[in-house]
Amino acid sequence: MSVSLNRAYGGGFADPAVDSARAFRAAMNVMAKPGEIRDLDSAQPPAPLSAAAGTLLLTLCDPETGVYLAGACDTPELRGWLAFHTGAPVVAAAEADFAVGTWAELMPLDPYRIGTSEYPDRSATLIVEMDALEQAGATLRGPGIKDSATLSLPDAAALAGNAMLYPLGLDFFFTCGGKVAALPRSTAISEG
Amino acid sequence: MAIQKKNGTEAEIETETGAETGAGQQARRGWMSLLARAPETLLLALWSGYGASPSFDWLRRPETGAVMVRGRMGGTGAPFNLGEMTVTRCALTLQDGTVGHGYVQGRSKARAEAAALIDALMQTGAASAVRRAILDPLAEAMATTREDRAARAAATKVDFFTLVRGEDG
Repeated sequence: MSVSLNRAYGGGFADPAVDSARAFRAAMNVMAKPGEIRDLDSAQPPAPLSAAAGTLLLTLCDPETGVYLAGACDTPELRGWLAFHTGAPVVAAAEADFAVGTWAELMPLDPYRIGTSEYPDRSATLIVEMDALEQAGATLRGPGIKDSATLSLPDAAALAGNAMLYPLGLDFFFTCGGKVAALPRSTAISEG
Repeated sequence: MAIQKKNGTEAEIETETGAETGAGQQARRGWMSLLARAPETLLLALWSGYGASPSFDWLRRPETGAVMVRGRMGGTGAPFNLGEMTVTRCALTLQDGTVGHGYVQGRSKARAEAAALIDALMQTGAASAVRRAILDPLAEAMATTREDRAARAAATKVDFFTLVRGEDG
């Protein structure tokens, strides 16, 4: 039995009840206030996943949520880690409740579920790994934002197209190291 | 915290032993089953009798939850839910990276920890010593208990038979 496989199980929540409640609160707050950036680093997932993305997966996933691991994220270590800590099945993009990877790996947006008119909540949430995350760039307006906010987005045009689908569409978390920000489908985006 | 599904539990253990041979997996299934059902006092006594207490890191601290026990009539019929059962589980890793899982019935965390340590040691060079000191006596004691109980029940067995049935006479 290889050591790397065993190491893949480490890095979960030290105190699952408290850590996941804190992480959920952070995730909820960034989603409620697009443009806000918060710390989220209570889990240490195997490479190449960032601490923030790993913490989100541990907090939001369970055996009933399908996860799509895009591109370089789809490693045996990460699959084992996810199975051990959450029991979440790894699925294709079209069936995913959550998808994780860099923006380029997650593209195109078409296969992901955007919900139906009766059940707009049956849509995917994308966790986008970013090289940098800062409150600069595209201008955001909408629910949860007083006047306007700014956030560095990977592709403002594609995200604006997603917002046009409202009330259907995808929701996004952006993660970079131990930081997280979010962009719900209800936010209107205009170029910086 | 609920341990969510029996299926999930099995999948985890299978992932863990996936690299091993079928025979190794079968053997591990045997001692996991033994540890899961072992009476607490006996298991802890044997464990402290073994002496060694290797240092380890938690992968998952002991937590108690419920799992749905499923059964099949005669072992082949359609599966049905027998009922929920309280289970305590934990996972840990020894200094050399060996992972041990403990799944035991009831809510004793000490017992889950001992079971996980024994599972981890059974995958190391200490396996035969652990088997001699803990698993064999445990299996023997549990078999004796089962046979005693079966013998007590057998003593009250009544065979009904009729030589001449009433309606025939």
